[in-house]
Amino acid sequence: MKTGVAGTKESNDAMISVFESDMLEIEIQSIVDLMYHDQIEKVIRETLKEEHIQNIRVVCVDKGALDYTIRARLITALKRMKSDD
Amino acid sequence: MMQTADVFGADSVIFDLEDSVHINEKASARNLIKDYLLGHPVLPSKVILRVNAPDTADYSFDLQLLDTLKIDGIMLPKASEKSTKALAEMLKIKEESLGRQFDIIPIIELASSFLELKNIASVKGVTGLLLGGEDFCSDMEIKRTREGKELWFPRAELAIVSRALGIDAIDTPFADVNDDEGLTQDALMASSLGMTAKAAIHPRQIPLIHAVFSPSNDQILWAKNVLDAEKKASKNGLGVFSLDGKMIDQPIIKRARTIMQKAQRYEVGVPENEE
Amino acid sequence: MKNSLNREIPDGLKPFQSSSDFRHQERRLIPEKSPVDQSLFYSSLEAAFLAMDIKPGMTLSFHHHLRSGDQVINQVGELISKYDIKGLTLAPSSIFPEYRLSDLIIRQNITQIVTSYLNGPVADTIAKGHLAGELIMQTHGGRARAIESGELAIDVAFLACPVVDKSGNGSGAYGKSACGTLGYACSDWRYAKKVILVSDTLVDKLDSYQLDHSHVDGVVMVDSIGDPAGIVAGTTKITRDPIGLKIAEDTATLLTELGVIRNGFSMQTGAGGTSLAVADAVKKVMLKNQVKGKFASGGITGYYVDMLNQGLFEHLYDVQCFDLEAVESYHKNKNHIGISASEYGNPFENKSAVDRLDFVILGATEIDLDFNVNVTTDAFGKIIGGSGGHADTAHGAKITIITSTLTKARIPIIREKVRTITTPGSDVDILVTERGIAINPLRTDLLEKLSHSRLKIMTIRELLDLTYAIAGKPKEIPSGKKRIGYLEYRDGSVIDSLYDSPLY
Repeated sequence: MKTGVAGTKESNDAMISVFESDMLEIEIQSIVDLMYHDQIEKVIRETLKEEHIQNIRVVCVDKGALDYTIRARLITALKRMKSDD
Repeated sequence: MMQTADVFGADSVIFDLEDSVHINEKASARNLIKDYLLGHPVLPSKVILRVNAPDTADYSFDLQLLDTLKIDGIMLPKASEKSTKALAEMLKIKEESLGRQFDIIPIIELASSFLELKNIASVKGVTGLLLGGEDFCSDMEIKRTREGKELWFPRAELAIVSRALGIDAIDTPFADVNDDEGLTQDALMASSLGMTAKAAIHPRQIPLIHAVFSPSNDQILWAKNVLDAEKKASKNGLGVFSLDGKMIDQPIIKRARTIMQKAQRYEVGVPENEE
Repeated sequence: MKNSLNREIPDGLKPFQSSSDFRHQERRLIPEKSPVDQSLFYSSLEAAFLAMDIKPGMTLSFHHHLRSGDQVINQVGELISKYDIKGLTLAPSSIFPEYRLSDLIIRQNITQIVTSYLNGPVADTIAKGHLAGELIMQTHGGRARAIESGELAIDVAFLACPVVDKSGNGSGAYGKSACGTLGYACSDWRYAKKVILVSDTLVDKLDSYQLDHSHVDGVVMVDSIGDPAGIVAGTTKITRDPIGLKIAEDTATLLTELGVIRNGFSMQTGAGGTSLAVADAVKKVMLKNQVKGKFASGGITGYYVDMLNQGLFEHLYDVQCFDLEAVESYHKNKNHIGISASEYGNPFENKSAVDRLDFVILGATEIDLDFNVNVTTDAFGKIIGGSGGHADTAHGAKITIITSTLTKARIPIIREKVRTITTPGSDVDILVTERGIAINPLRTDLLEKLSHSRLKIMTIRELLDLTYAIAGKPKEIPSGKKRIGYLEYRDGSVIDSLYDSPLY
């Protein structure tokens, strides 16, 4: 199964892993889950939409990353999955 | 941390895609910088991008970041006349399609670059030269020292060429972030040779660098006097006048204006009378 | 019912009116403990414990000068458990994560807790609702007031004491578990019905001491009262974080523009990394302008000891020693003066240290648009601290400055309303963050002085909006439904309630 990972578990970063899937699954583990879960999910969904991806499993381990970081890590993970052999 | 890159008062912030990024992480770093520039509401007042060397695959991908319209200049590693001219050509096309100018800051870090210094510096779009002290010493196979005597000549030459062409001469960073005295001495040396700026590798170096490169109280007072006298003279229709027995003409007036601009930029007040 | 800050508080308790309301109140004093003929030396802690005849409903007190290394409170806790005495009120001046009180709470040996600082497993146990009675959180100065007025009536005070002499005098200045000043033990020593000193170092005669034998009913020698590593384990290094350093620099610039760093000034900062960075930045200004200050106060670290030794301050008024240098200096330097919690911050004490402060630098977990500050709970409603001297110094100092980053791990520090009000906004003057400085609109004098500041002065609303632009607006986390206790302000009124955390 093709997969891609980007980012780190350092403070203010997010480690995002993507896996091939036949449906859309988004798992978020965040140190600020109670406050920003919805926002993080929103950014992930919007980014997937922009990249024209409907079915995929996204696992996001978040350490307080801002929106732009989540977006960038997801895009990199998707690219890496694409070129994963 | 990128999200606070803008708070430290640097005149420009350099985002590095070259030496500080591992080869496997170059694309990831590009994406991060892109989304930061497009998504973060507070950016440094001036953004410079240090791209990878032109002979790498990353080089052209790095330049695509200019499309964000948030980058003010490109820093070119191991610059030669050829690579600087090639970059200027690429930027010309970008400038036309994006409708804005970009600065070029070639990094002078090879002995060979010194043979082409004047030609590199006169490429259209070049606004400053950065001395890459570490790599230069490496290329020369000489020791890089705290005192920096080995950089005396390169600094002087860079400063003279830059002055002659009206661009900035940017000094190499001082590596020991905990050595305030060393940094100050290093900056003073560069400044005394005519360099006009210095690269910092840690935010705490910024105020110390500003203190060295911003105009002194004496300079500001002098500049204020010149400009006041100029105002008076121009009221009386005089283009050239004398102050304290010295002839003041356009180049000196221009220098006075630059000092006042710098003073304002660094918010160094016009000195009051001491109590 | 609601108090003047519009916070829900339990019925039947005195609601908070204002931070200066105590000026309309009479100071109430119960009689001091009558002199003891002779301090008895018990053969063991157990013997002393039994001799005190501790019954259900009694109040036992401790100080926290041994901090994380305290073994006395744990040893007494074991005895409470052994003899299974129920329904006790415990009044330690602070509770560190190492204090093993959770089981005692769950089994209702302890049914009420009164303290000024609480963190760790005990906080979690209480937040889960296990404490049968109330958690009452006080300020350091307020605790002294509560004890002297009889509102906090202590039956037995078990006071860890690094060194005692054969007459029963006690000091914290040296000994194998030296902790420096015993400032938080003084009110207990003066007013508790019974006082037991617990020590591990005995000498023939102490020439100077803080606790006089006349109030000491008993002394117990044990092997060790505490672990030195835990006693002086304060964070006493200046932060290296560039953001913290910038905040410190800006604070020093602010203080310079306000003209408060001048001969004879007094100051207090916390002991954390950023606070010390501020102290360092102030020190540089003092050296540059050859300023000599009158005193620095509060929890003292080696950093302040250096400043005293360099002649930058005339005195240090020490209510707690955070490291070995502070302990040494307290022992040896007559200008390093130990003060009691009462002399430090009791609102009824004449010329308390806090009232003489020109400025104080404090932290916050949250601050709201009215400048109310929370240092008791975090954004998730967990209890992570308490006032300590926060509310005391904020009221007493001429200028109160809060330093903080705008966010901590994405969570904004500025809120519309803080979850818990530890210190009322009327006493908080300035917030310094890495992106701007907000001045309390009540301080028109400061706004005037800073009208030409080269610092970035913004309204607190603007700072909040900027925070939202950067980090996004967080979802509101409502307080738990169950009230588990309340915050007692310096004058004994109730300033806010405590609730269980939605995390549990």
